[in-house]
Amino acid sequence: MVHDTKSRPAAKPEVGENKTASAPSTAQQKKRKLHRVTFYYKWCKSCGLCSAFCVKQIIQTDKNGLPFIANDDMDRCTGCRFCEIHCPDFAITIQNKYPERRHSDDRQ
Amino acid sequence: MLERAEIVRKEYLRHDKKFPHVWCPGCGNGIVMGALLRAIHRSGLEKDDVVLASGIGCSGRMPTYVDFNTIHTTHGRALTFSTGIKLAKPELTVLTVMGDGDATAIGGNHFIHAARRNLDMTAIIINNSTYGMTGGQYSPTTPFGSKSTTSVYGHVEHAFSIAELAVTAGASFVARSTVYHATHLEDMIRLAIAKKGFSVMEVISNCHVQHGRRNKLGGAVEMIKGFKERAVRVEKAEKMSAEELVDKITIGVLADVEKPISTEQYQRVINEAKKKAEKIAKEKEKNGIKRYEE
Repeated sequence: MVHDTKSRPAAKPEVGENKTASAPSTAQQKKRKLHRVTFYYKWCKSCGLCSAFCVKQIIQTDKNGLPFIANDDMDRCTGCRFCEIHCPDFAITIQNKYPERRHSDDRQ
Repeated sequence: MLERAEIVRKEYLRHDKKFPHVWCPGCGNGIVMGALLRAIHRSGLEKDDVVLASGIGCSGRMPTYVDFNTIHTTHGRALTFSTGIKLAKPELTVLTVMGDGDATAIGGNHFIHAARRNLDMTAIIINNSTYGMTGGQYSPTTPFGSKSTTSVYGHVEHAFSIAELAVTAGASFVARSTVYHATHLEDMIRLAIAKKGFSVMEVISNCHVQHGRRNKLGGAVEMIKGFKERAVRVEKAEKMSAEELVDKITIGVLADVEKPISTEQYQRVINEAKKKAEKIAKEKEKNGIKRYEE
């Protein structure tokens, strides 16, 4: 599990249920920078700004208005940080993601 | 660039205070607060050297949440408290957060005179075109013809332009931005903090609950998208005609002038008065005359 969903209320989307089964996307093969999106649901007021302005449309909202990553495909995130700086509730964090294979590449 | 927002959140927010904050979902105040914290982080200021003062209103809650030297003052008088703090301790960086009604209606006199005095302070004015906290009455920046609680059939008065008022009143640095342009806003706040002299930062924000709902401007998303469409950079606005600029928001640095700063000038007065007093004391010793006891 990559992102913090510990306190998100019960209304879970059907698409986001299967977390481990996301197939390796093309982004990983191209070796571009990957990012990790974390939602802090305790502070989220479900205003919908993040999902409305997401350039790749990967942030979507469930029926309670809480954001989640569509299809759990976080590798499509470009890291523009628009949602992070426009979140009025400080509830989104974007971090650089370093897959393990990259560490092994660096050490060689 | 190491997760600056995360550093800001961990270092500068008072987590023991009530979070999530009181502002409505989608309110621009949170975006302004984030931009302000990032700007202070980038300026490299120590937390103890920063003072954040605020008046009454939705924006007045901002000092509650940030971990600086903070003061939450009376309605419209935030700038007077800041003036006092700056005069007593000129080494501090004094920031003042105000709303549009707070700055230009109740504290309008203080605002223009603070700009005229040119102390080394920064005033951040969040302009949401209404009195949001008290229930949506019209404020000095409510546009002509728009509806509010106290102008049900359309507003009959004309609106202030806060930034242009500040330019005329003599502020050394005036900039305007919107909550959509959050990185631009951050840059502008950083420039305003770095500027020696009175800097005014007008931030166009959204009040979709009180202003947007009554004027059918949509929710937070629609209003913030509207800022994107209406905003014009200063460089571009210079080439546009007055007709094209109707209902547009000019963003960027509107005025940047060098002026003698009041606090420094005041220090000069203090030094000269001290010199005079020493001179009089020496004369008294020399002549043996106790001038004031006669």
